[in-house]
Amino acid sequence: MSTISDLDHPQQTQGEPVLSLRGISKNFGAVSALTDVDLDVHAGEVVALVGDNGAGKSTLVKILAGVHQPTSGTIAFDGEHVALSDPATALGLGIATVFQDLALCENLDVVANIFLGRELNPVRLDEVSMEIRAWTLLNELSARIPSVREPVASLSGGQRQTVAIARSLLTEPKLILLDEPTAALGVAQTAEVLDLIERVRARGLGVIVISHNMEDVRAVADRIVVLRLGRNNGEFGPDVSNQDLVTAITGADENSVSRRANRRGAQRSREVRP
Amino acid sequence: MTENTQRVSTPRLLDRRDERVAHADTIGGMIGAFVDRVRAGDLGSLPVVVGLLIICTAFQSLNPVFLAPDNLVNLLFDCSTVGVISLGIVCILMVGEIDLSVGSVSGFSSALVGVLWVNQDWPVAVAIVAALGLGAAIGGLYAFLFNRLGMPSFVSTLSGLLAWLGLQLYLLGSSGSINLPYGSPLVNFGQMLVMPPVVSYALAALAGVIVFATGYRMAARRRAAGLSASSLGGLLLKGALVVIVLEFVVYYLNLARGVPWMFGLFVGLCVVMNYALKRTKWGRSMSAVGGNREAARRAGINVRRIHASAFMLCSTLAAAGGILAAARLASSSQQAGTGDVNLNAIAAAVIGGTSLFGGRGSAYSALLGIIVIQSIASGLTLLDLSSSLRYMITGAVLAVAVIVDSLARRSRVSHGRA
Repeated sequence: MSTISDLDHPQQTQGEPVLSLRGISKNFGAVSALTDVDLDVHAGEVVALVGDNGAGKSTLVKILAGVHQPTSGTIAFDGEHVALSDPATALGLGIATVFQDLALCENLDVVANIFLGRELNPVRLDEVSMEIRAWTLLNELSARIPSVREPVASLSGGQRQTVAIARSLLTEPKLILLDEPTAALGVAQTAEVLDLIERVRARGLGVIVISHNMEDVRAVADRIVVLRLGRNNGEFGPDVSNQDLVTAITGADENSVSRRANRRGAQRSREVRP
Repeated sequence: MTENTQRVSTPRLLDRRDERVAHADTIGGMIGAFVDRVRAGDLGSLPVVVGLLIICTAFQSLNPVFLAPDNLVNLLFDCSTVGVISLGIVCILMVGEIDLSVGSVSGFSSALVGVLWVNQDWPVAVAIVAALGLGAAIGGLYAFLFNRLGMPSFVSTLSGLLAWLGLQLYLLGSSGSINLPYGSPLVNFGQMLVMPPVVSYALAALAGVIVFATGYRMAARRRAAGLSASSLGGLLLKGALVVIVLEFVVYYLNLARGVPWMFGLFVGLCVVMNYALKRTKWGRSMSAVGGNREAARRAGINVRRIHASAFMLCSTLAAAGGILAAARLASSSQQAGTGDVNLNAIAAAVIGGTSLFGGRGSAYSALLGIIVIQSIASGLTLLDLSSSLRYMITGAVLAVAVIVDSLARRSRVSHGRA
């Protein structure tokens, strides 16, 4: 039980992490996309992974999904060292990934999409059991899907995200990776997906969310991990200020975001003064 | 208020909890839902039915022989050969690929059966199996070119079209055609064998009973599981309609020679294919690959194997269609599989409602589509029109069918039913 108890977690007191990365590096030829990255995720915890373009977030997710293999470093899942050699292995261990483009078949209905590749009874599809399981999953997520027998093409962006998440929960994973889950969504739909993430957390799963949206990140994350140029660049609680977060992401107090904010602030005060 | 209390008092089914969705539970509701579906571009087999009605009225008014039982029996014999090829086209279109060489493959396999059976004195069954096997091998070759070398199916099958035609001409040699012996079982099957009336009536009744029984069992399971289910009345109506329509068709055909066994074989293949596409994991994977290849791959579906199965099934069925055509004409000739066979097979699948863009289709579209195409051909032949006019008219019908398909597709996209 205590194989990695010697690791200390200043910000976490929730017991053992579900996932623990130590010293992960990944080189693509001469480019090192990740250098010595550490990351812990506990059960029932939402960890947000933020960083600028090229910070290595996607590479890290792909390593966890089994798409890429790290050049060096160790991955411990449930306290045991594992090698995520391909996507099937990652899925088998209990790491489910919802990619940004969702990968749904628009011509198939919701049930068919949720069970795609994992149909019950291959030579005589058990539609009734699959439909019940689909409804159960969707109800657990308090999802608002009008009908599971409509093609996915007729669903909104938020509903599709829900289907994709329900699909990833089908295999009873312990950890779920969400890549930009709110990137293409409107205000109401974003709120729905954030609710959804909280419900997934309530089920006791570890969640890693990648997002560019600081508002969303602070709204839902228990811990915010910043990557910069392929390295860890700080860990924050959800109450961190936007300024601090942007500083950690861009690596400087003086950056384009703060300059813009100052400029706007000055402009506004000028407008107010007369 | 009364409405509200009622809503609360009835326990909601698992799939009927969302009040925002209108569900068609009554027969009137079912008709309304159908109209909505059609408006949204989900036409199903409606264009075919409308097209058939137009074709029948037009040709019947021009030549009263058209709808005579004798002509219809002949029409069904003719349907079966290209229909089987078209069934393969449905398969390959499901995964969003195309096979342009089905005509040549059918001609090649008919030539092969002629050479092996008549010239080499092989047993006819062995010759047929050899032709089907070679058909499968051709599909395997396309799959290899597609999967391993990334060759677009359009190009690989286009070169196949020429190559297999060449092979067919080579096999037949200078004589150019081989006559298959009259009176042999294969030729009888292709030209004469019809079901005894009792058998055809029984099969028509059986179809209705199966429709009702499967629907009833499904409804019972769904009800037991707390899901909405179709009503007993609706199921009875559906089964009864199937029986009445089929029995009438059978009765009408029995006024002449009767229902051809060859057509029975074709319909049987359609039923099996429909089951495979709709009710098995393989069929689901076919639709998924046709709808979104990358999503299918990430879902753990072996996309290469699905493609290979589609290519092989398509050219095996093309070979089978070629053998049936040889039986129908009692000869293997240089003309077999040339001309409009290719396009008729593809057009039939598309006219029947299988999308050229992949992911949407049904085995029955081959059946409906080929009846439309063959009706046009038969009607124009009865009018004694030259083949130049026949080609032009068939081409126009195909164009209309594809236009309907792409308009319906656009409408489906805008109504969120892609």
